[in-house]
Formats: sequence, C-alpha cells, structure tokens
Amino acid sequence: MEKIAIIGGGIAGMEAARRLLQLGHEPVIVEKSDHLGGHVAGWYKLFPDMMSARELVEQLAAGLDGVTVYYRTRVANMNRLGSGYSVMLSNGVNLQCGAVLISTGFRLFDASRKEEYGYGVYDHVVTNSDLEAWLGGAPDYRIPDNPASVAFVHCVGSRDLKAGNPQCSKVCCMTAIKQAIEMKEKFPQADIWCFYMDLRLFGKKYEDFYIAAQRDHGIHFVRGRVSEVSEDIDGRVVLKAEDTLAGTPVKLSADLLVLMSGMLCNEDTQSLARMVRADVDSDGFMRSRDNIYRINESNRPGIFFAGACTGTKTVPETVGEARAAALDIHNYLSGND
Amino acid sequence: MIDFGFGLSRSSSVKLDEVDLGLYHKLEALEPGVRVCMSCGSCTSTCTAGPWSGMSVRKLILNLQRGKDVEKMLSCCMLCGKCTMVCPRGINTRHLILSLCRIYGKKQ
Ligand SMILES: Cc1cc2nc3c(=O)[nH]c(=O)nc-3n(C[C@H](O)[C@H](O)[C@H](O)COP(=O)(O)OP(=O)(O)OC[C@H]3O[C@@H](n4cnc5c(N)ncnc54)[C@H](O)[C@@H]3O)c2cc1C
Ligand code: SF4
Ligand code: SF4
Ligand code: SF4
Repeated sequence: MEKIAIIGGGIAGMEAARRLLQLGHEPVIVEKSDHLGGHVAGWYKLFPDMMSARELVEQLAAGLDGVTVYYRTRVANMNRLGSGYSVMLSNGVNLQCGAVLISTGFRLFDASRKEEYGYGVYDHVVTNSDLEAWLGGAPDYRIPDNPASVAFVHCVGSRDLKAGNPQCSKVCCMTAIKQAIEMKEKFPQADIWCFYMDLRLFGKKYEDFYIAAQRDHGIHFVRGRVSEVSEDIDGRVVLKAEDTLAGTPVKLSADLLVLMSGMLCNEDTQSLARMVRADVDSDGFMRSRDNIYRINESNRPGIFFAGACTGTKTVPETVGEARAAALDIHNYLSGND
Repeated sequence: MIDFGFGLSRSSSVKLDEVDLGLYHKLEALEPGVRVCMSCGSCTSTCTAGPWSGMSVRKLILNLQRGKDVEKMLSCCMLCGKCTMVCPRGINTRHLILSLCRIYGKKQ
C-alpha cells in the first residue's frame, strides 16, 4: 500500500481521499486550517439544488474513516525520491508517498482592495462570503433588520485588469442570483437589484434560477458595472452605475450592498509549485497539462491536481475532478497509464 | 421585396457590412486599447460631465465601432481623467479622447 499526500482538505481533497481509500490506497490529508471542507464549509446552501453545504461536507467526511488528517499543517518541503516523493510537513512528520495530489483550492478576492466600493469603510457593505455566513446563522451587525432595498454588485475583483485578475470567477453570477432570491424570501418588501456586466449562467438549471428570479421574485437586473459607492447621512449606500441598455447614468440608495468577490489563485500556489517544479499558469493558478483532457495532470510525474487550484470551479466540477484524479493516481501507481 | 423607388420613412436598421469604419480604424491605430472595451459603462457612470452633457466614453467607442460620427460629443469632455481610473479593462480613455481630437484636427 502506498501513501498519497493530499495537500488541502477542501471538498476536492476529501472526495479524492475517499475514492483512493476505496481503491485500496493510503491517502493522507494535509490541511492548513482547523477543519475540513474548505470554502464550502462556510457556505449555507449550494446552487442549483439548494442543498445544504454542511450536509455535503458531513457526507464527504463520513467516507474518510481510516484516513489520517493533519490539521493546522503545511508542507514544509517536497522532494523527488526514487519513483515517489518525500513530503516534509510543518509538524515534523515525513511522508514517503507514491504520488501527491494538490487540492489547495482558491482564495477569495479581498473586497477592500476595490476602495471605490467601501468594504470595511461604510457600515452596510458585505461580501458574498459574509452573506453566506449570515444566512447560515452567524450574526452580522452590517445587515439591517428590515432593508427596503438590497443591491448586489457582480464581478468584484474579477474581469478586472486593474485588480490583476482578468478571469471570470464563473460562480458569482449564480451566487448573486441565489442570494438575491434568499434575501427576497427573507425580506419580501425589499427591492433587490443586481448590477451585472454579463450574466454567465452556463450550468444545468442555472438559467432556471434567472427565470425564477425575474418571474417569481421580481428581482431587478441592471446591465452596468457599479463604478463608485458613497454613503449618505442616514448611512445608506449610494451606488452609481450606467444602465447601459437604457444608455443613462443611474443612482441607487440601498440599505445593504453585497459585493460578489471573485475566486483567485491560492496564495501558496507559487511556493508549492516551486517545491516540485510544477508550472504555474498565467492566471496564477496551477497549470494543467492541458485544459481539455488532462486537467488533473501536472507537468511532473506523480503530481496531480483536483478542484479550484487550477482555476475557478463549481462544486460538481470539483468533486468530478477529484474522482478523476483518484482514478488517475490509481492507474499511475498501478503502472497502467 | 419589390423596390417601388420611394418609401414613407427610412429604415433605421444599420447594414453592418456597409458601414464606413474609417474613423474607428484610425483610432485603433493610435489606441489599440479601444478594442477591448466591454461596454460596462463604468466610464459613463463616473463621468462628472455625463449627466448634464451626455458625455459617455462607452457610447463614443460603440458609435465609432458602428461607423457613426462622434465629433459633437468630444466637446463635452473636461479631460478630468476619472473615467480612466475606473475602466476595468485598463483602457486609457482620457488619452483616447485626445487622440480622437487629433484625428478630427481639433485642439482641446
Ligand atoms: C461565495 C461563493 C459561493 C459559492 N457557492 C457555490 C454553490 O452554491 N454551488 C457550487 O457549485 N459552487 C459554489 N462555489 C464554488 C465552490 O466554493 C468551489 O467549487 C469549491 O470551494 C472548490 O473546492 P476546493 O476543495 O477545490 O477548494 P477550497 O474550498 O478552496 O478548499 C481548499 C482547501 O485547501 C486548504 N489549503 C489551501 N492551501 C493549503 C496549503 N498550502 N496546505 C494545506 N492546505 C491548504 C484550505 O484550507 C482548504 O481547506 C461558491 C464559491 C463562492 C466564492
Ligand atoms: S460569474 Fe458573473 S459575477 Fe462572476 S466574474 Fe463572471 S461575469 Fe462576473
Ligand atoms: S475625462 Fe472626460 S469622459 Fe472621462 S470622466 Fe472626465 S469628463 Fe468624463
Ligand atoms: S469603463 Fe472601459 S471597458 Fe467599460 S465601457 Fe468604459 S471604456 Fe469600455
């Protein structure tokens, strides 16, 4: 039985570990935080089925009986050793592995970097991630008790060369619509506005959400990017945008502003890639051998990828890749490529 | 359709294959950045002159791409450069306006 180091215990790492265990291997999860599930552990409900995120993480965790998980642990160093890798951990443990799976996921864009939106400055500005936590029951003093209007700003830190991220984060149009509906259900009197540049609703059932948002919930959609936000004397946020379809500048006073922070490359990508001489892509994410057929493979033998470490991914894409990576690793270790 | 040689009103439909893009091509040569505009409207919404004068860099670019004349709009710009600060595609819109003035043979 050969050990396989899984770096990152988000849903990608969990699903891959579960499958590798089933295939008779010995996966070891190295997780830098104090919990499994990664970002998904912080979400409330998952589109498109509105499945409980916590239930998904619990389900995945249930399949990890017998898997060693090191929490609050990082990889200190990794070296090629024979046909495998020697992985030195920050807790002093040294793993001799036949293969390594990198499943370190992504980092959420720090919304305070877009100063024009006032995150951390104005009283009633939160991010998509903050709103998920609040929907899940965490108190948040920034969210008013009975808002008359709530505005969502798409593409915060995504599709933005000035923020250094030209890529589309893919999940935030859906997240905005999902959260808009959730807010409308909580506050039926409120007007809910989505300011978007393009609506990217590519997945199965995604367009249904858009139709439901329009037809059943009366969510307002404005095609224009919010260029600046200020605060009025009552503490309401005042947004400026152009309604590009009508061709007129518009203003909106809202009681709550929700910023759709984007998905960026993990902050450890560079250092991990350097240890094993794997390639980093132009967008800062790990570089797969190609983006069509070999997404799970790196340019180095025995180093595999799964999930959002190679680019923005949805949950179904992430778990699908994790399964594929488990099979790839199994075949690699069995010598049938 | 039979052409009777007359009509009651002219069609507003633009024949895209027939429009003259000469002006746009001249601008493209000076300001290649103009090609990546994604019509997000940030420039227009942040423009101080916009709500009063109708100034809109987004419309300016789009009109040029559709072969329309934009000379009138140029005089509405104060060259303050706010639009350049907000453009997510990093287009130097202020410089673009100056280049366009040069093409029209104007001094600002
Ligand atoms: C606001 C928001 C809402 C979303 N909602 C949905 C939804 O409803 N439906 C949907 O399909 N998708 C949704 N997504 C996308 C979803 O979050 C991702 O698909 C998913 O998190 C990817 O999982 P992952 O395991 O690849 O990465 P992550 O969730 O980022 O997990 C990575 C794990 O690796 C650990 N790690 C990182 N670096 C290291 C290191 N150097 N060493 C050790 N451990 C490390 C991290 O601590 C973390 O536990 C949403 C995304 C956002 C931003
Ligand atoms: S998914 Fe939508 S909100 Fe997110 S970056 Fe892409 S276009 Fe913008
Ligand atoms: S430079 Fe001209 S177009 Fe741009 S914001 Fe200033 S006045 Fe408006
Ligand atoms: S801000 Fe830039 S990308 Fe957006 S419409 Fe204006 S010029 Fe185009």
